[in-house]
Amino acid sequence: MTLSILIWLPLAIGLLAGLLPRGLIGRGAAVGSLITLGVAVSFVARFELGHAGLQFVTDKVWISALGIHYKLGLDGLNIALILLTAVLFSASLIWASFREWDRPRIFYFQLGLAQSAVLGAFCAQDLALFVAFFDLMLIPFYFLIGIWGSGERVRATTKLVVYTLVGSFFMLAAAIATGVLASNEHGTPITFVISALQHLPLSHTSQDWIFLCFAVAFLVKMPLVPFHGWLADGYKSMPIPAVAVFSGVLSKVAAYGFLRIVLPMFPYASVHYQTLMLLIALASILWGTAVAFTTSDARLVVAYSSVAQLGFITLGIFSLSSQGGQGALLQMVNHGLVTAPTFFIVAALAARVDGSEDLREMGGIAVRAPVLASLFLIVALATLAMPGSSNFAGEFLILLGVFKAKLVISVIGFVGVVGASFYALRLFIRSMHNRTGEKVASRDLGIAEAAAIAPLVLVILVLAFYPQFVLRRTEPTLTRTVAPALLASRHWFSCPPGCPPGSTAYAPLTASAP
Amino acid sequence: MSIVPLAAYHGAAHIAGPYIDWRGLSPMVALTAGGLIVLLVGLLRSEVVRNQVVPALTLATFGATIGLAIWRFNDPASIVSGALRIDDLALELDMLFAAAGIATVLLSWRARAPRESGHGEYHALLIFSVLGMAALVSAQNLITLFIGLELLSIPLYILCASETRREGSLESGLKYLVIGSVGSATLVYGLALVYGSTGSTEFTGIGAAVSQGKLAGGVLGNPMLLTGLGLVIVGFAFKASVAPFHQWTPDVYEGAPTPITAFMATATKAAALGVFLRFFDVAAISAQNQWAPLIAAIAAITIVVGNVGALGQSSMKRMLGYSGVAQAGYMLVGVVVGSQLGIQATVLYLLIYLAMNMAAFAVVIAAERESEVGDDISSLAGLGARQPWLAWPMTVAMLGLAGIPGTVGFIGKFQLIHALVAGSYTWLAIVLVIGSMLSLGYYLRVVAAMWMRGAAAVPAGAPAAAAPFAPIAGGSPEADDRAADPHFGSPLEQAPAQQPEPPEPARPRPELAGVALLFGAAIVFFGVFPSPLFSLAAHAGQAISGLF
Repeated sequence: MTLSILIWLPLAIGLLAGLLPRGLIGRGAAVGSLITLGVAVSFVARFELGHAGLQFVTDKVWISALGIHYKLGLDGLNIALILLTAVLFSASLIWASFREWDRPRIFYFQLGLAQSAVLGAFCAQDLALFVAFFDLMLIPFYFLIGIWGSGERVRATTKLVVYTLVGSFFMLAAAIATGVLASNEHGTPITFVISALQHLPLSHTSQDWIFLCFAVAFLVKMPLVPFHGWLADGYKSMPIPAVAVFSGVLSKVAAYGFLRIVLPMFPYASVHYQTLMLLIALASILWGTAVAFTTSDARLVVAYSSVAQLGFITLGIFSLSSQGGQGALLQMVNHGLVTAPTFFIVAALAARVDGSEDLREMGGIAVRAPVLASLFLIVALATLAMPGSSNFAGEFLILLGVFKAKLVISVIGFVGVVGASFYALRLFIRSMHNRTGEKVASRDLGIAEAAAIAPLVLVILVLAFYPQFVLRRTEPTLTRTVAPALLASRHWFSCPPGCPPGSTAYAPLTASAP
Repeated sequence: MSIVPLAAYHGAAHIAGPYIDWRGLSPMVALTAGGLIVLLVGLLRSEVVRNQVVPALTLATFGATIGLAIWRFNDPASIVSGALRIDDLALELDMLFAAAGIATVLLSWRARAPRESGHGEYHALLIFSVLGMAALVSAQNLITLFIGLELLSIPLYILCASETRREGSLESGLKYLVIGSVGSATLVYGLALVYGSTGSTEFTGIGAAVSQGKLAGGVLGNPMLLTGLGLVIVGFAFKASVAPFHQWTPDVYEGAPTPITAFMATATKAAALGVFLRFFDVAAISAQNQWAPLIAAIAAITIVVGNVGALGQSSMKRMLGYSGVAQAGYMLVGVVVGSQLGIQATVLYLLIYLAMNMAAFAVVIAAERESEVGDDISSLAGLGARQPWLAWPMTVAMLGLAGIPGTVGFIGKFQLIHALVAGSYTWLAIVLVIGSMLSLGYYLRVVAAMWMRGAAAVPAGAPAAAAPFAPIAGGSPEADDRAADPHFGSPLEQAPAQQPEPPEPARPRPELAGVALLFGAAIVFFGVFPSPLFSLAAHAGQAISGLF
């Protein structure tokens, strides 16, 4: 069984479900997503531990004239993320299948296309293929918000698409430049295969501007602080199944892009801009925490907490250390697992407050909803990284990594850990306890809500007991991923920017080239 | 029969005319014969003949042209004393013109323009225009080049005015005639100066003269040659609607009958860019250092002007006109870099551009015939719910023009940027990328109108959709008919009364939906499997390198 099956299965299911009678399309798509989940689990089960290299490689020439390959593969960086993708899309589709949607055929087709594109972006081992999937995964969300969204949906979706595609176009230019310049500087035929490009490092000046183009694309997608203009409108307008996967998975593709592409391919630029990236991450943590604590909109609390969490993940990545990277990867999984059920819970809360997502109108919902309250509490405690949760392990590893690299930033970063407990508990208390709101009609979870929330909470609990499940699979690859950057940072002190490129700077890296 | 070029030279020495390789010339012969037959058959009075047989014969002519072009593929030849070169580049573009012609015939099957101007004349002019394009992109000397250009232009002047009872169409034809003539005159001056400074009308002769520095003071020091090249650029720029010589484009596109607009937007643009490639990458390639910065600047200006201009348009035809200006800028970059890769990128993009624009125009025509707001963007409102088989092709066409992956547009942009970076024009690649970002503003508006707004909600929601009629009086024949009908109130009074009524059931327009779906499917298919397009483009690229 090849990875192509995993990638294209959701799209095929999205198309085939459209052939079913109108009432059964949602059920069909949900069952199909469970099949996809089964396929993803089978890949994880067959994944061999202790290997740093790619497994299950598919490598075919896609466009020979450009040296672009249809190359897919799994390693420690993406194995956990494809499982996360399958889990969250299943939960979203189950949630969606219990509800009525206008024009259901197109709705489930868009969700299937989105899942295929996200899985493709995670599995792609060719730079051009990655860029194609990265841009493609945005298009279904353009329609999901624009057709099924709420409020100012057209404005919100246009804003989202323009923001992210502007970043993507920079990335497109940068990706092509990477391929062309690498072949020019080393006199080799043009290629976009990532593993080949890693052995063809670019000159420092090229790395610098190409790094910035990639960084803009990824930072917009996450989003981190100066690039988060689309966030509030976008998250507010998205239908719940879309926002759960968008926040849970799509933002991770961007963070994953730093690990897969930027760190190994542009190690010198990564070191050069390390402080800048750490400061952006720190600003996101503080800003996201502050807004999440002050906004009265339940959905925006979750949205801005995502900004803070992605700030943590970026902090881990740009600590340029193995622990930081491990923590970042673990935290990507953790955050995906907590943010998606939180959005479902917010929707469940809104359903009990006459559709309002305003925290001021909530309160006292726990009275007749013990199951909802307990599930919510587990998710909230995981969000604030309670010791014993997997999120605690993730944040600990991240801060450990940063501690070794930049002490001051690590210390300020701790504020974010404290802040998380403020906004997570505030969200819980304001909605579940306090005085009962006027419009509140408390009732416990229905099957339509529990079907999506309960399994995710179960996964959170399992991972809390056994975070090594992720860590053991990611470790060997991560050590290799950060190695060039570590090397570059060591070299940085002996050869600051401006010293002649080539010569000694490349020697240790190119030594391993075939 | 390998004696072709030799025989041509021998023929020139005697009084007898040049030897003609009829096999090489066969696509053009088919076009000429087809055009004459269509013109004559069109004189018959029978309704059936005029409405059905004439378009069918036109389709057969274009089909035969494509068939003959495929037959001559991979067999380059210089024919008619070296006046024409039938190589893979020329044949590919011939096929492209004929395909555009087929689509145009289908789009105008039940249109108003052929009824008013005569079916025979309308279709014969279309064929002769394609013949002119074929001559233009095969031209190997200045005389053939100019004849081809005029043969392509003059039928188009008439076709633009072929809705003879609509003021807008006549205005469009007149405007195109005046501006087109200015362009042609500029080009003739340029060609004359190039001839005067190099002493040859043959492209190869000009190329040799330029590269060997035979001219007094060398290439650099000869103002006559440089002025000539500058004027030639201006002349071509008029035809390709490249800024700052694009001002006629939106007006003429808007006024012309929509099928003709589609034809001009695709085929004429391809012909103009084809001759750009031929002239500058063959005849003037040695002077590249002189003209490349100029064309690069023009391309950059064009990209910016086209994209900014399109942002504010509410008429679909005007919007596509400006978008075509921007896309011409993208395609010019292949000429600028003057490399194999550049030629391939431009040819690839021309093929892609045909599919994307034809799909879009087919939907615009279908929507325009049913709506009373003409080609305004609001005519597309709610199309996704009403007629998904039209909305999907339009969606992929818009996403393709914007360069989204999964469509050929992405592949085309990828190859253009690749050619630019490899040719050390990274700054132009950045301009192209910024242009693409601007273009999202108007392409996504169309998609949003189709899928995200109900038909009734649009007039309030769409900011630019102010007037129910296109700015030129009579933007839509149906609207005019209704406005002239005393039983109908003014359109403004009608608007509120219309809303409670259920949407009009879609009348079947198989030829329009067919064109849209076919090109829409091609956009997605070649976006996923682009290799055939790349090998076609590689053929075209080799055709030019074979000359030096």
